[in-house]
Amino acid sequence: MEIFLAILIGVLYTAGVYMVLRRSILKFIIGIIFMSNATNLLVFLASGIVAGKPAFVDDAVKNADNIADPLPQALVLTAVVIGFGLVVFALALKLKFFETTGTDDLDQLKKTDN
Amino acid sequence: MQYILLIYLLIAFGIFLIPGWLKKYVGIMLAFVQAVFFVFFFSKISEVANGNSISTILYWIPQLGLNLEFSLTGLSLAFALLITGIGALVFLYAAAYMKGYEGTDKFYFYLFLFGGAMLGLVLSGNLIQLFIFWELTSFLSFLLISFFHKKETSRKAAFQSLFVTAFGGLLLLSGFVLLGSVAGSYSVADWVTDADKIKSSGLYLPGLLLILTGAFTKSAQFPFHFWLPGAMQAPTPVSAYLHSATMVKAGVFLLALLNPVLGGTMEWTYIITLVGVITMFLGAYFSITQTDLKGILAYTTISALGILVMLIGIDTKLSIKAAILFLFVHAFYKAALFMVAGMIDKKTGTRDLAKLGGLYRFMPLTFVISVLALLSMAGLPPMLGFLGKELIYEAKVQSPGIASLVLILGVGGNTLMVAVSMYFMFKVFLGKQGAYPKLPNEKGWLFMFGPAVLALLSLLFGLSPGVLGDSMVEPAFSSIRKEMIDVELKLWHGFNDVFLLSLLTVALGMGVFIIALTKKQFLVKWRGINRRVFTIKFTDIFVQVLDGFLSFAARNTKRIQHGYHRFYILTVILFASAFLWSQVYITRNWVLDSHFSLNPFYISGLIVIIVCSTLYATLTQSRIATIIGMGVIGYGISLIYLYYSAVDLAITQILVETLIVVMFVLVLQRLPRFAVLSSRLTRLRDLMIALTFGSVMTVLAIKALHVEFSHPISDLMVQNSKVNAFGQNVVNVILVDFRALDTLGEVTVLVIAAMGVFVLLKTRKT
Repeated sequence: MEIFLAILIGVLYTAGVYMVLRRSILKFIIGIIFMSNATNLLVFLASGIVAGKPAFVDDAVKNADNIADPLPQALVLTAVVIGFGLVVFALALKLKFFETTGTDDLDQLKKTDN
Repeated sequence: MQYILLIYLLIAFGIFLIPGWLKKYVGIMLAFVQAVFFVFFFSKISEVANGNSISTILYWIPQLGLNLEFSLTGLSLAFALLITGIGALVFLYAAAYMKGYEGTDKFYFYLFLFGGAMLGLVLSGNLIQLFIFWELTSFLSFLLISFFHKKETSRKAAFQSLFVTAFGGLLLLSGFVLLGSVAGSYSVADWVTDADKIKSSGLYLPGLLLILTGAFTKSAQFPFHFWLPGAMQAPTPVSAYLHSATMVKAGVFLLALLNPVLGGTMEWTYIITLVGVITMFLGAYFSITQTDLKGILAYTTISALGILVMLIGIDTKLSIKAAILFLFVHAFYKAALFMVAGMIDKKTGTRDLAKLGGLYRFMPLTFVISVLALLSMAGLPPMLGFLGKELIYEAKVQSPGIASLVLILGVGGNTLMVAVSMYFMFKVFLGKQGAYPKLPNEKGWLFMFGPAVLALLSLLFGLSPGVLGDSMVEPAFSSIRKEMIDVELKLWHGFNDVFLLSLLTVALGMGVFIIALTKKQFLVKWRGINRRVFTIKFTDIFVQVLDGFLSFAARNTKRIQHGYHRFYILTVILFASAFLWSQVYITRNWVLDSHFSLNPFYISGLIVIIVCSTLYATLTQSRIATIIGMGVIGYGISLIYLYYSAVDLAITQILVETLIVVMFVLVLQRLPRFAVLSSRLTRLRDLMIALTFGSVMTVLAIKALHVEFSHPISDLMVQNSKVNAFGQNVVNVILVDFRALDTLGEVTVLVIAAMGVFVLLKTRKT
């Protein structure tokens, strides 16, 4: 199953890079979302995945081997939230850019002034 | 001595605190401060008289040879007296000259700070420290030249002088470092001890050349002389102080300081003498064809600096003696002449030689002062200048190796010097009344005081030169040559070769002068010839080289920084892929030991759905379809998290995905449809790049499966979660307890993003 997941990561990266290379800013933002999803999955997968053993503990647990590793999860969770902030800000910026210039084309964004 | 510099710094900043009603007197107050330091240094004369020096050392990083060393030798004392003495007079003069200009606070700040920096330079006993003060003077000179920064010519001249001198400064530093590696120290005293070791080392010549270039740029030696006439854009007090009496002599000071270390070799003698004598001749040659008063003075300054450099290069007892004497001679008459020129400029409204004339009627006192100073410049008795010139001639006659060339150019230069002095006097003060914009007067004793003192000094020292010889020249000489000498200066040297040369010079000079004065076309034609012969203009070359460099940089920048966002990303992705693939290639012997399976089937199905919607979202032309596809991917991934024991992650992903989809839908109404902007070929190219990157990431993910983790941190957190942090959900506990600061940072990022979004959406189009 891990290999299949790795392929999924590859597909997401491919789609992300392809979208990021578009001239449309909206597509660029969507590309960023793809890539951030792919990266989250990559970190999650690389830390070793276990099914059905979430990291809940009571007093008795002394050994972490038989539950999922909580630390990568915490890291990925942070990344998800930060990625969300990034996308929202980029989207607002994009909106303002379109209102100001009336174009969605990144190639028009070469100069600071009109 | 470090305290003196500290006081300079504090007073300089104190200038800004002076209340408005006292502003008129700032110049006088600062002149007083300078005078106090002058007296201080004056009182030290007896202490350094016998070749002694007063040194202090403050250790900073002794392991690297970086210390604050101050040493007051005869040489630095001579300079210190010039800096503080002329400084005091210049500040008095500035109090009159700068009246009515804006930003005088800044002016006094820079000028006073310069005084401190220059003192720091001559008192430095450590070469790195000397370099810092050296660059500081260059920098302050830049600020002072560009004081009238609204004029383009000022800005250009300031930039040019900074460029040349700072460039030289860097060469100087590399020279210090190079030879410092031989001596193992940056202390001047250590260098003097290790002089033979340095001279015999293979690094001697490169080090010498670097240091000489540094000194030559600062002292406006050929071919770096061109910045000095440009520097005349500065207010006149600055020209008098920096660009004639003190800063431009820093190069001469350095040569004198390092003479015991680097001097005494063929290279030293030939290079320095040759450069000096060429500069001397060219300076004098160009000065006579100038029409601007300050222009004349600038070129004669170049000529004088050439003489000083040449004398140090000749490197005999006599020449060093002559150099020290001439240092004073020149400082006295040139500062006085600059101040007079500035005063004439102020009083008549012009500095153009063609418009001046007959000023003796209006400014009799100024006339007397100028005559004294000009006589000294021409090297005529009974002024100090005469002594200087006689000594110089003696030194030249003795100069080893290239005496004939030095002598011919020397006589030529001095002839022109005599001619230009006479010409200056006649054109400005005698003759018919010129057509100046306003009628001059002589009001304001502050204008007159400085030049009067200096001209009188020239006269008095000329009449009784012994005083100067005993108190100044002897100590300075002994600190340069490291030996004692009894310096005897006399006005009358007897009837000998040197005196004949002097007579010849004066006769020739008078001849040139009379031709120039009577034949109106003479100088015009001369200028014409100059234009044709000297088609190479150094300022033009400087500008061309600089422009060429800038456009070269601009071309390259345009190529690399082309402004197309996607190509930047393309570059990053391509290089990342290349590196990753090469890493995969290096570790190609690696064996995959997990096998492919599709269990459990519902996760496999989920993955297929995600892949399909990814492709759909990427390829569709409909915006809403793209967003739906994006949503499916996000929710699908959250299900994967959920299945693989990451409950909190799944919840967060669902929340975030929902919000993103909502945001997109809201924003979408206000955005245009997708347009197909790229050609088919471009899209194909991008697809190939994307595939290269995606595939390597897959390989990376698979390889990552085999990395063995030991997780002591996770274990610690799991064990302590319930016991110490009282939480059963370890991920939550990590976020809010173990790594709470990280979470705080994350929240901060979100708040900033939210504020940014708010501002972007709320501000109206302007």
